[in-house]
Amino acid sequence: MQSLGDFKLPDFFNYPPYFTLQPVRETKEKQILMWKELILKYCKSQKIFIIGLEEEFPLFSNQKIQRSLNNEAREAFLSALVSEGRAEWIDRGHKRCLILWRSIQEWANYILDFVRENGLETDVMTIEDIRCGIETRGSDLERIDRGVLMQALKILEQKGKAAIIESSSADTGVKFAA
Amino acid sequence: MNRQTWLTPANLTSSGRPSLLPDEIERRLLSSVDIDLESSSTPVLKSGLLSLTSHRLIWIDNKASSAFSIHLSSVVKVFPLKKNLFHSPRVTVQVSGGQRSSDVVAVIVIRGKNNDVDEFYGKLVKVWRERFWEITEERESARIDNGGGEGTSRPWAPPVVGVTGILRKEQETWENTDKSLQDSFQDLNALMSKAKEMVSLAERMRQTLLSGSNPQNTGNDEEMGSKQEMQDWLLSVGIASPVTRESAGALYHQQLSRELADFVRVPLESSGGMKNLIDIYCQYNRARGTELISPDDLLRACALWEKFDVPVMLRKFESGVMVIQSKTHSDDEVFSRISDLAVKTYALKKGISPSDAAITLEIAPALAKEQLLAAESKGILCRDISPEGFRFYINLFKDIDVQDMYRIQEHSQLHLWDSATSSMWQ
Repeated sequence: MQSLGDFKLPDFFNYPPYFTLQPVRETKEKQILMWKELILKYCKSQKIFIIGLEEEFPLFSNQKIQRSLNNEAREAFLSALVSEGRAEWIDRGHKRCLILWRSIQEWANYILDFVRENGLETDVMTIEDIRCGIETRGSDLERIDRGVLMQALKILEQKGKAAIIESSSADTGVKFAA
Repeated sequence: MNRQTWLTPANLTSSGRPSLLPDEIERRLLSSVDIDLESSSTPVLKSGLLSLTSHRLIWIDNKASSAFSIHLSSVVKVFPLKKNLFHSPRVTVQVSGGQRSSDVVAVIVIRGKNNDVDEFYGKLVKVWRERFWEITEERESARIDNGGGEGTSRPWAPPVVGVTGILRKEQETWENTDKSLQDSFQDLNALMSKAKEMVSLAERMRQTLLSGSNPQNTGNDEEMGSKQEMQDWLLSVGIASPVTRESAGALYHQQLSRELADFVRVPLESSGGMKNLIDIYCQYNRARGTELISPDDLLRACALWEKFDVPVMLRKFESGVMVIQSKTHSDDEVFSRISDLAVKTYALKKGISPSDAAITLEIAPALAKEQLLAAESKGILCRDISPEGFRFYINLFKDIDVQDMYRIQEHSQLHLWDSATSSMWQ
């Protein structure tokens, strides 16, 4: 069994046609499904939020069988995630993709649960505290993408569960409601 | 109606062309021809195709399912051509009824408008007078005469004296020239009939080879290979009497189509029921010798197959490649052979290329690629494009469970692939 870091790769990762975008509709749909699932699983396990199309991405090539996805295939698989709401293009040129292995709503719920479990209600935390602070170390919030975090906090704010405190001098802060 | 005495049933090939006798050559074809008896008002044979050959008049019904012939040797007399404004032109011939019955007078009514009646009549008379069917016998007897009479032909030559002598000398030179001229023409005739013999010899040898190779298949590969090669050579020797524009006229494409259907049967058998149109074009023209046809003629002949009940068809692949395939050739059979090939250990490891498939399927690589692409579109195979080339693998996508992508089901193709390849990643 092959692995990337601590991520266990499925056997079909060594199947050469997996790396060629298939032209036959039915086969292609299955292939896209498999890629979507693998990308989400991998990003979740490695806490990866951004995939750059033109950058090296470990999943998109397999040295063992000397195959790698071409740009067309990369974009096809990421676009499939985007159309399902599991990813977002960051730029217009579709070069960078934000992978939502948790949806924004799921992130909002996760933050809420985390705050409750750790008794952080009524505290004021900065965005940097959440991303790099001691409290969140070891949780999924550690090194969370800033954009994702902000969107999730906005959802909480709309529901009255948090208040975002904008400040011109310091980092943006957030106060969770009890 | 007492047909049998003067009309003989004739054989047709599977695609409706008359099967010719040894040495027989087709000279002219007419459409919409009736054959009547002068003594009776109802037509004996109605509205068919008439083929004039060097030996016979062959009438073929419109569906090309039955045929009757009159051997020209039984034609006693050809009456002058009758043409007038109110009737279709007709050619009347007196046919010997054999020893048991009296002669009959048969009328060939030529109703088709596209036919050149005068030319046909001219050809008929010419062919009938040539008595081509007797040439072989004549040649045989001529040889005996020459051999036996050599020493006794001129026992005493008169001396060359005076004016009479000179004249006689002149006369002799004349006769000699005439004789050598005749000889050379006879040589030409002999050559022509020799060519026919060669064709039939080739055909006979092929049959022998075919029957000889069946009982003992144990012969080594090299021997089989050379036999195969020999057969191919013999096959391409020729079509003895090709359909030509001259002989078939307006019926050219129709008859060409039937002749082609007969011709392709053997090449198709030896190449797995399918052959590239271009290969057929070359082979066909080679077999026709000097009577070459154009690619356009070939296409038109193939297109006409749809209208006839012939065992072959023209097929166009999505890529535009055209092939001739026999109707019994089934894609399913090819697909099952391809999937058998794709699950062999080396194919699981390295995939299959068009040339691998070409060897297994015994077809040309270009065709093999078409078949692989067809199998791909059926979901049997998947492609792999890499710097190493374009290869195909058995389709494993369908065996993978997205919900549980580490699972490998027992006895699935995925399992087969996994056990074949796992050693490669050690």
